[in-house]
Amino acid sequence: MTDLATRDGESTATPDALREERRRRMSPRDKWRRFTYRFTPYLYISPFFIIFAVVGLFPLAFTAFVSFYDWRLTTQSVDDATFIGLQNYSDVLFGNAVFWTSLANTFSIFLISTIPQIIIATFIAVMLDRNLRAKTFWRMGVLLPYVVAPVAIAIIFSAIFRDPTQGGLMNSLLELVGLDPVNWKSDRIPSHIAIALMVNFRWTGYNALILLAAMQAVPRDLYEAAALDGAGAMRRFFSVTLPSIRGTMIFVVITATMGGLRIFDEVRMYDPRPGSVGGPGGIFRTVVLYMYDTGFNGAKGDLGKASAIAWLLFFIILIFAGLNFWLSGRIATDGSGKKVSKRQLRREAAAIVNEQEGAR
Amino acid sequence: MSAVGSLETTGKRTPDKALRKPRRTMLVERPRWWVYAILGAIVAGSLFPLYWSYVIASTTSGNANARIPVLVPGGNFLSNAARVIDTIPFWGALANSLFISVVVTASTLFFCTLAGYAFAKLPFKGSKWLSAFVVLTLAVPPQLGAVGLYRLMADWGWTGTIGAVIFPVLVSAFGVFFMRQYLEGVIPTELIEAARMDGAGQFRTFMTVAVPAARPAAAVLGLFTFITTWTDFFWPFLVLRDPDVQTLQTALAQLWASSGNNPDMSLILTGSLMSIIPLLILFVIAGKQLVAGIMSGAVKS
Repeated sequence: MTDLATRDGESTATPDALREERRRRMSPRDKWRRFTYRFTPYLYISPFFIIFAVVGLFPLAFTAFVSFYDWRLTTQSVDDATFIGLQNYSDVLFGNAVFWTSLANTFSIFLISTIPQIIIATFIAVMLDRNLRAKTFWRMGVLLPYVVAPVAIAIIFSAIFRDPTQGGLMNSLLELVGLDPVNWKSDRIPSHIAIALMVNFRWTGYNALILLAAMQAVPRDLYEAAALDGAGAMRRFFSVTLPSIRGTMIFVVITATMGGLRIFDEVRMYDPRPGSVGGPGGIFRTVVLYMYDTGFNGAKGDLGKASAIAWLLFFIILIFAGLNFWLSGRIATDGSGKKVSKRQLRREAAAIVNEQEGAR
Repeated sequence: MSAVGSLETTGKRTPDKALRKPRRTMLVERPRWWVYAILGAIVAGSLFPLYWSYVIASTTSGNANARIPVLVPGGNFLSNAARVIDTIPFWGALANSLFISVVVTASTLFFCTLAGYAFAKLPFKGSKWLSAFVVLTLAVPPQLGAVGLYRLMADWGWTGTIGAVIFPVLVSAFGVFFMRQYLEGVIPTELIEAARMDGAGQFRTFMTVAVPAARPAAAVLGLFTFITTWTDFFWPFLVLRDPDVQTLQTALAQLWASSGNNPDMSLILTGSLMSIIPLLILFVIAGKQLVAGIMSGAVKS
């Protein structure tokens, strides 16, 4: 079916007998080539599937398996482990409140970071979406923090946001303007704000560029028309820009959510002293940090419980993915409540562009 | 997700005749000074943490802990850098980070181009289904399988080796997907058939047709793979427990963890600054391509 002649469309109607005849007349060398043409695509895609099976699927399944056992970091094989059923899960969920406070911390940090981040990124994108001089310079300028590793960012911010007893730049600034110093590392909400700032420092410019790309694809005619109708800059933004970049906006929100639910580097390095796991009393311990602490930190090494935490997080992520999917479906409706598919939006945009081209 | 779509449309912004009429010029004229002022403030904000870490990195430990912080750099950066090198295996970690990132980038580019080309241009049974599966795997966060992967690496005796860091990221679902999207658009099928008529085998066709065509996309994918690998922390931190084998990121964690309850901030910030410098150099060289890559919608992970 995949041989050359058929794909060329010359001989789609070749009777089986003729094809059989041709195959018989083929030299061994041609037969070999035929075979390689059919076989090599699988060879080409196999590295991905093999590596994914080994480092993706197998570990996930194994983690599920381990989550039903009393399995320590030192446990070598299933023979040394005791099957305990759902014990790990019930320990995590009901044993103490650590899982729930970690989950609350994760959501708190995620909300404090994502909402301002997207608003500011949109604002920066609007600023960049003008006829600027030295465009590339400004774009590179806002992207710069992206190449700074989260670990280094966390260290730098950890030094800026020290507790009042230790000085630190942020508290000095607050004192300078007559405000009380803040316990950036030992109070819950202030620590979440500092961590959210780290996340935003790295990702705001990056998201601004993604949004900028979407804004540049908005036909300029729409702005002109709106301006002629007397819409000011604000009105143009809310009535033209925002609806046109809806799809990209949803995308940015989804990736921010998925990233936010698995935050680790920043919280681990904000207070990296050996005894501390997410600050005093775990005030900024996130779910992934809790998993790390349970399974890999120091003497505890309870891989069974860590696996249960991982799978619980997986379920939460699945729920969020579903929620995102449902929400973005709802958001992607136009003013009349009618559903607008991405393809339809694109078709509309294309129609406008074509009109513009035609008018020239 | 077209790889070049948005870039093309930017070219259509040239003012046409209608736009030159007085009433409409507001949309094409140069923005006012305050737009530059705001952008300047934002760029200053993204530079400030780096500047400030240099301030602390170049001062003495005593000054770094002063109640009223210093705001101008001192002259101690090099002596602090020497102390960092004494405290952690900095050069070893730098070499490891460099080696890991280069190997992972090279392998990702090769395997992803190969698979992307197969999905985009070679007809085979199950192609659609398998390529949908590749996209689906993007939804699985790598942290979730950490326990199982750790156990696997322990069984192989790889924990504490850089092989354990490299192996899981040799090829990425995103890369395969990205290359498929790109190559689908840029390689005319006739070109592949012409190469075959000339007697080129399957792999030679790949090398002579697909590889040159993939070059622009490879530059973008390579840059992002390099940065992601270089800045990765979670997995190396778990699997590199031996203090002698570190990447820059895990060495930094070690530098701080080992300093106990009274951390020497100038030492630690010197270390973090030293770890940033290589990527800053890369950014200066390739920042433009990086921006273009994000703007083209190439990297949305």
